[in-house]
Amino acid sequence: MIEVKDLTKIYQVGDMEVHALDGVSMKIDDGEMVSIMGPSGSGKSTLMAILGCLDIPTSGRYWIDGDEVEKMNEDEQAFIRAHKIGFVFQQFNLLPRTDALENVMLPMIYDGTSSKERIERATEALEIVGLGERIHHHPNQLSGGQQQRVAIARALVNQPSILLADEPTGNLDSKTGAEIIAIFQKLHRERHQTVVYVTHDAFTARHTERIIHIADGKVQREEMVPHPLVAGASHRSEDAAANDAEEA
Amino acid sequence: MKKKLNVFSGINLVGNVRIALRALRSNMLRSSLTVLGIVIGVAAVVALLSIGKGATANITDRVASMGSNLITISTQMRFGPGGSSSDSSSLLYTDYEQISSSISGIRSVVPIYSGQEQISSSTRSSRYSITGVTADYLDVRSYTIGQGRFISEEDIASDKQVVVLGSQVADDIFDGLSPLGRKLTINGKEFTVVGVFEESGSSTGMSSGDDVVLIPLSTAYDKIFGTTAMSNGQRTVSSILISASSSDVVDQVISDVELLLRSNHKLTLTETLPFSVSSQAQALETLSTVSSTLTAFLGAIAAISLIVGGIGIMNIELVSVTERTREIGLRKAVGATQRVILTQFLIETMTLAVMGGVLGILLGSAIAETFTLLGVITAKITADTLLLAFFSAAVIGLFFGIYPAYQASKLRPIVALRYE
Repeated sequence: MIEVKDLTKIYQVGDMEVHALDGVSMKIDDGEMVSIMGPSGSGKSTLMAILGCLDIPTSGRYWIDGDEVEKMNEDEQAFIRAHKIGFVFQQFNLLPRTDALENVMLPMIYDGTSSKERIERATEALEIVGLGERIHHHPNQLSGGQQQRVAIARALVNQPSILLADEPTGNLDSKTGAEIIAIFQKLHRERHQTVVYVTHDAFTARHTERIIHIADGKVQREEMVPHPLVAGASHRSEDAAANDAEEA
Repeated sequence: MKKKLNVFSGINLVGNVRIALRALRSNMLRSSLTVLGIVIGVAAVVALLSIGKGATANITDRVASMGSNLITISTQMRFGPGGSSSDSSSLLYTDYEQISSSISGIRSVVPIYSGQEQISSSTRSSRYSITGVTADYLDVRSYTIGQGRFISEEDIASDKQVVVLGSQVADDIFDGLSPLGRKLTINGKEFTVVGVFEESGSSTGMSSGDDVVLIPLSTAYDKIFGTTAMSNGQRTVSSILISASSSDVVDQVISDVELLLRSNHKLTLTETLPFSVSSQAQALETLSTVSSTLTAFLGAIAAISLIVGGIGIMNIELVSVTERTREIGLRKAVGATQRVILTQFLIETMTLAVMGGVLGILLGSAIAETFTLLGVITAKITADTLLLAFFSAAVIGLFFGIYPAYQASKLRPIVALRYE
């Protein structure tokens, strides 16, 4: 479970102060699947980086499983990143010249897991995302969708309490994007994995149970989705129509 | 959570080494280029310093082998009015005779007269430095006769036209034919080769036994140099070599000789003596200074190589700093602490530095040994040279490897990941 209260993030750009986050409060319960949606520049990626302990807010408070992140030292935050959070990036961020298995093992090499267990767990994670056949391929031998699957396997491998993804389909075509969303839905459905992803795309957002709309660094509204779309089963045009109707 | 943290921070050294080696393996090209930079620096330092030290040792040995307790009297170079042929500034044959008869503490004294003359054999003709000596010459110069004999008292007494050659000169003049008993002409006069020195094999450029042409002093005066060896009706000498009876009396002999020369040439104590009277120890000191300068010079060149190697390493690290910064960002994002990252980079860089250092030492030693084998110079590889080269390269490697990593590891993960 994660909760944030009055988060602000101010960047200094020249003489100007840019308020990327301007008092964000929200809560995500265990086992939820939530999307954070907003146009570019709305602060959604900044929020995601703070939730992933990759960045620190200018002010505000953040609890993860009841522990307050702002009170932790560097090493304790590293522990949170290793064990509580799995982060999936838009640009995949795999180590080049390193095969899929080693990339997935990366989070485990820092915590003393035995190499036998590392290989078992990494292989299992790659099987979950459907890459069991390609564990020794290097990133440059994999398609964008396959690279993102490796990244998801890496995020999963330490069984995090929460899986965070920043525009996970942003660099992929819609069909491949749908496959990635399908993996998130499967993880959520079968393993009760808490999943939060950021998107600027309403169609992608409607695959989750709840949508948090963000604009200008503030939460505009929260929307429950009674019947989330099933990835791959619905088409963008239908949803767009539905969405337009709703907006009207 | 605190409890789990302790387990987490207990990542062991072996684990760290594995992480570092894995990272090195996955960047083979970059790792090799970095090692190459260190190899070049270390090899240059080892090779140049070893050669410099070898040269120093060689010169020192050579001077020592010239004969112990040797005192050399020679005419000081004089420039300006008066010239070198004035009465007081020429070393005379009579100076030799008086030193020989009146100075105590002397084992032997040898007067020498030398000059450049044309030497011809049936095949070759060239100018050489011809030296007229007496039979005692081998008492003051430790050359060894390889074939034949040295100049005898009888040769001196009867102005014999005989010559003793250094091995190099003999080779040059007779084209490798056995020189003993062969004839050659010096300044048009025919001489018979009666002896050849053993090859000393040195190449420091100092006068060695290999390039001498020795004839009886009397013959030199009467048949070769004639009036050029005369000054105001008196025979002059180029230098006088004295072998003191022991090293304890060298200083006493020097001051006695200086006094005698002053009185012979009518100089007061305040006037500058136009001759140098110096011992081998003094010459050794001078030469040591020269060769130390040489070593320092080679060291400076080596230092430049080291800097070039260092810049090579720096370039490679700078080129890869973007990728490495992102890598560090990613490693932090999946849970690596700053300490673990720094340890990884430290081990990575140390591995490269050690590999480069060892290979550089091997390469540098091989270069130095090659010089020795080729007979150019006997290189001297010493432990302090190896340590100096190794550690300076290691420090350069460590600095350029660790510093960018340290900078990157301080960044927040998101900043490092977006680094461009």
